[in-house]
Amino acid sequence: MSVELLSRIQFAVTVGFHFLFPPVSIGLAWLLALVEWRAWREDSAVYRQMGRFFGKLLGLTFAAGVVTGIVMEFQFGSNWARYSRFVGDIFGAPLAAEAIFAFFLESTFLGLYLLGRGRVSQRTTFVSVVMVAIGATISAFWIIVANSWMQTPAGYRLTPEGRAELADFWAAVFNPSTMLRFGHTLAASLACGAFFMAGVGAYILLRNRRDDAPAAAMARSAVRIGVVAGLVASLLVLYPLGHHHARQVARLQPEKFAAIEGLYTSQHRAPLVMFALPYTQPPELKAKVEVPGLLSWMAFGDVNAHVPGIDQFPPENIPPLWLTFVSFHNMVLLGMFLIALGAVATVQLRGGRLFRRRWLLWTLVAAVPAPVAACQFGWVAAEVGRQPWIVYKLMRTADAFSSNLSPGQVLFSLIAFCVVYLVLGTLYFLILFRKMHQEAAGH
Amino acid sequence: MDLPTLWFILVFVLIAGYAVLDGFDLGVGMLHLLARGDDERRIAINAIAPVWDGNEVWLLTAGGALFAAFPPVYAAVFSGMYVAFTLLLLALIARAMGLEFRSKATSPAWRATWDGLFWAGSLTATLLIGVAFGNILRGLPVDIDGVCHGSFFGLLNPYALLVGAAVVAACGLHGALYLAGKTDEAQRQRLVRAAWILWAALALLYLAGGVATVCVSPFLHDPINDTWGGKALVAAALAALISVPVALLRQRTGAAFCASFAFMVIALALCAWGLYPRLVPSTIGPGADLTIRNSASSSRTLWAMLIITLTGMPIVLGYTLFVYRVFRGKVVITSESY
Repeated sequence: MSVELLSRIQFAVTVGFHFLFPPVSIGLAWLLALVEWRAWREDSAVYRQMGRFFGKLLGLTFAAGVVTGIVMEFQFGSNWARYSRFVGDIFGAPLAAEAIFAFFLESTFLGLYLLGRGRVSQRTTFVSVVMVAIGATISAFWIIVANSWMQTPAGYRLTPEGRAELADFWAAVFNPSTMLRFGHTLAASLACGAFFMAGVGAYILLRNRRDDAPAAAMARSAVRIGVVAGLVASLLVLYPLGHHHARQVARLQPEKFAAIEGLYTSQHRAPLVMFALPYTQPPELKAKVEVPGLLSWMAFGDVNAHVPGIDQFPPENIPPLWLTFVSFHNMVLLGMFLIALGAVATVQLRGGRLFRRRWLLWTLVAAVPAPVAACQFGWVAAEVGRQPWIVYKLMRTADAFSSNLSPGQVLFSLIAFCVVYLVLGTLYFLILFRKMHQEAAGH
Repeated sequence: MDLPTLWFILVFVLIAGYAVLDGFDLGVGMLHLLARGDDERRIAINAIAPVWDGNEVWLLTAGGALFAAFPPVYAAVFSGMYVAFTLLLLALIARAMGLEFRSKATSPAWRATWDGLFWAGSLTATLLIGVAFGNILRGLPVDIDGVCHGSFFGLLNPYALLVGAAVVAACGLHGALYLAGKTDEAQRQRLVRAAWILWAALALLYLAGGVATVCVSPFLHDPINDTWGGKALVAAALAALISVPVALLRQRTGAAFCASFAFMVIALALCAWGLYPRLVPSTIGPGADLTIRNSASSSRTLWAMLIITLTGMPIVLGYTLFVYRVFRGKVVITSESY
């Protein structure tokens, strides 16, 4: 295999694995801010217990995100040296800003939040988790600035040596896709944290047979907060944030839009494909379920609008069709499922019926990975949809990898990271379940 | 002072911040297996538990700042030392996993496994950082296009290994002195003894490294030898180094820690003094050196970065000091501890 392909696989594996954790931490940190606020203002033992327990899970999730994140800070230089030279003038600043404004804030206050209990007041505990949440959110912002610039570059000029140089800082930061992508991702992160909280609470209720135990009271509060926040967040992910993000892609990255929506021929009254089985050679959708004109209307506000299809672009500029279509549609499917689950569970909260319906509690447990999987699918759709460009219309991925590496070196690092991440992921789940069992048993 | 020079200094300030802060975390990790019994190991872990993650952010910030301010250097260094940096990342991950997972179960085998990983990760990471730094001082095979063509085994040359050993001794000393302020008397006594041995090793390695630098990298030596500033830094580094045992003789481990802190900063300043205006000397020829002239980003980017740094870092220092104050004094093990 070539250095390019191996480096792409390594980037996908390391970012994909890393991206399992931060959305959960961001969502969980904001929900814990609410929990700690109530623990402080209402002097509530249930909320104090909840903060203590979910705080430990936040610590575990955060640590997994941190150790896998270190790799990301250096991988641009190690595997994508030509890319780093080309975009460094623009791309490095958001990474440095992320470290200065976000990483310090979240990691310093996480130490205080987790280990400061007993040393500091409940108010300081509340303030420290708010700082963690703010830090995590700022971190998401700057990394999305960097990613969005690769999708819709702005505020740059090309130098005679062929490098991108900063021309307007704010135009580069607030490029046309930054804020929509940030909002969409942040709402999705909240959904990840909320369904995590609801699922963990549900699991503890299912394992705990004594309704009067403090753990049961804590778990019921967690389920209540989790399902309501999960429903609100999942709705926001879809509308307005997801919808407007898709419209922006339709305007600014039409190849990606055609690929994710499965529009292979340009047309007026373009249909929205709800379901299809994608085939590759030739690219074709079978067993299609579609609504005529809906895609035109959703993308451009007019059922008769012309939507460019894949046939309109030169073959060397179109992204992989199968992967983008499947990822995007799976993301939407999971989003719809989460809205339905959140709505049913919220309705069933009235009079505590939810807590007597074991099947619904088990569904909440099983749904914990769903928003995280939706994030992964969304990210694959966004990144693979940008191919063959590493920076849209400015630099091809094939021209970006480090030319001084040998395939053996990259294969070595790829295998090493895979092994370590496998161990890390396994331990994360073992410890998560162990902590839930301990909590359910009242330790 | 022009902007690229300012950024040259700021990158070194960030590296120095990493060295003096995460330096003691790494040192505590390297001394971890010397601690006797689970109680002492828990005290060592909890002495750094609230702060190690924030300390490691200095490394990420230095990396980000290097990317933003000197992209060709970032690209050349991390791709040119690919295998070494992969091993460094794995060591940092192993160390964090050891720290994080150790307390999650009580069985002796579980704890011994993570103790071992925490120790090995800390030692490997420190050594690799030192070896990488030594290779930069010695020069890397960077060609005229800024592409580095080194091999992993080429990095393991005697000079770089000497610098690596010196960095291990410096961080070990720093960690022993930090931990000595966090423990009870019995553990403190043994840490002070360890500090004496590490200091002796550091003093030898530092002097040997100084002589070796004159032979291997005369271009580093000349700017130090020819200027008053360089000579003052040499004297200051020696003074800081000698202050460590002076403070130890007076039973003042806090002062000894400050002396070790100062020594690390001054030694890095000395390297920066010799390197300037180069960031990565080239072994292929001086024309291929990566310097602040041929590597700096545009002044618009450097200005933006300067504003980001000057607004952000004072706030960072403020709350970092606050958190260190909360956790000052001896380690107390509570139900929340690791």
